[in-house]
Amino acid sequence: MGPGPGVACAVTLNSALTPGQQKLYQDPLVIQRLLRDTRTIAIVGLSTDPQRASWFVASYLKKAGYRIIPVNPKATEILGEKAYPNLASIPGPVDLVDVFRPAAEATGIARDAVAIKAKSLWLQLKLVNLEAAELATRAGLTVVLDRCVKMEHGRYFGGLHFAGMNTEIVTARKAKLA
Amino acid sequence: MSNPPDPRRFGFETRMVHAGHIPDAVTGARAVPIYQTTSFVFDDAEQAAQLFELKQYGNIYTRISNPTTAVFEERLASLEGATGAVATASGMAAQLVTFLTLLQPGDEVVASSQLYGGSITQLVHTLKKFNLPVRFVNPSRLDEWEAAITPKTRALYGETIGNPRGAILDLERIAALAASHGIPLIVDNTMATPALCRPIEHGATLIVHSATKFIGGHGTALGGALLDSGKFDFSRYPTVAAPSPAYHDLRFYDTFGHYAFLMKARAETVRDTGACLSPFNSFLLIQGLETLSLRMERQTGSALRVAQFLESHAAVAWVAYAGLPSHPDHALAQKYLPKGAGAVFSFGLKKRAGEDARATGRKFIEGLQLFSHLANIGDVRSLVIHPASTTHQQLTDEELAKGGVGAELIRLSIGLENVEDLLWDLDQALLALSR
Repeated sequence: MGPGPGVACAVTLNSALTPGQQKLYQDPLVIQRLLRDTRTIAIVGLSTDPQRASWFVASYLKKAGYRIIPVNPKATEILGEKAYPNLASIPGPVDLVDVFRPAAEATGIARDAVAIKAKSLWLQLKLVNLEAAELATRAGLTVVLDRCVKMEHGRYFGGLHFAGMNTEIVTARKAKLA
Repeated sequence: MSNPPDPRRFGFETRMVHAGHIPDAVTGARAVPIYQTTSFVFDDAEQAAQLFELKQYGNIYTRISNPTTAVFEERLASLEGATGAVATASGMAAQLVTFLTLLQPGDEVVASSQLYGGSITQLVHTLKKFNLPVRFVNPSRLDEWEAAITPKTRALYGETIGNPRGAILDLERIAALAASHGIPLIVDNTMATPALCRPIEHGATLIVHSATKFIGGHGTALGGALLDSGKFDFSRYPTVAAPSPAYHDLRFYDTFGHYAFLMKARAETVRDTGACLSPFNSFLLIQGLETLSLRMERQTGSALRVAQFLESHAAVAWVAYAGLPSHPDHALAQKYLPKGAGAVFSFGLKKRAGEDARATGRKFIEGLQLFSHLANIGDVRSLVIHPASTTHQQLTDEELAKGGVGAELIRLSIGLENVEDLLWDLDQALLALSR
């Protein structure tokens, strides 16, 4: 199920960002385009523990049709995908770098994301590092902060609505077939 | 990158009729379809396993979620400005699910003493069985709220418009008090509905509703809902943040963030208590939501007219309607309920020489032609009840007095009838008392 061509507003959440920063790093139109155009997602800090948030997100994204690349120096394989110790060792192109590491590490990860020519950088919910965001933005990457890829995908293209959550999508247009 | 224009944030009335429902990709059905089914077919074994582990969003069984109910939930969440909602079988279920999700044995609640009688009974007697003691305070006294909070207090609880004397909760001050103690303020917004007041905008954390009342609006379906602002830090609440033995030690707050409380309420409390809403009732409640602001505007306007009429009537001792300047919380009502103080209020019949107040009340109710004598509020039809002999009869005299309910108290819920007809009916029933 998809939202069709309707309007989606930003959701009011307890983001640590100012309204101006939210406009820069949480724009619903940018997020929708990102989710639509992305194919390959490197997940930095993907856990081997199936009950951790990163595993929930990765298994969801894989099921949603994205190619996921685990980045975890302590793992060899997660969710049936080969794991890499860092972004630089990934052989092919990466569209989106999704970060599950503490915010302080995000600056280094952002540099690595720029170096491998990733198209976008996404720091998960509660992660804010403006230095990393500005560095990546200057290099031409699209940046999202303090949001969850799974929740945002669920909001625009998936089943978040079925969990009774407020997607802030309001439209009279017919949904598109998945 | 070009800057596209800001997406339009649609108004309340638009969201009343659209939010939460996207016309189906195949059928294009415009009204919300009723998914009258208990269960849902899985894609494959892997998806089934992931659904049960909450790793995918989707439907398993209507006791946990249902596509018709999801429209009701999202629409109400949109109208309240909440992050989401969980629908329940009734308002009482919504309240109990909220407490059972948030609290563990030994935790304490501080609650307004001016609550719906059924709520007081649940808080006093049913929560006691879970070892959840509740302290009641005069909702207008911030010092009483403050004094009642102990290190074990884990929630504050009140009604936007209190039952039955219309006390208005000073949302911003009580929310600030709750925030200073790191505990959530839970508000029952049944009497106001989001059309008149959205407590989350004033700092409330969790909202509960009896949707049976104004939301459904037509007296056809029982239902309730709990909603979360998404703004509270639950990391100090082990019930939400600690590993859940029911889900392989899943940490709901780490995993679902601002959705954690509602996910927990749905996947554990509603699942385990079975307090779910029926899809058909969801459909009826959705029909109600679609006209909510129109009904609230008209019914609230009529309620003010009726309250003014009664206040000037010789047979009436007092009127407790926060929309009147005579009410002690009139200023709070103007602040939090600028569109009107709701459509439910109470008044007292003057004591008649040589007559018991209960007998006078009975005589008055029996003289009415248009007001339906029943135990509900929020119908399109005007309703009347004498709480001392009905809704509040299980309360002790002390609880009655604390809740501000005297034997002379009559409660009205004003409907959509012609307001002149309602005034006529009240007048003739009041005049009949002296015959």
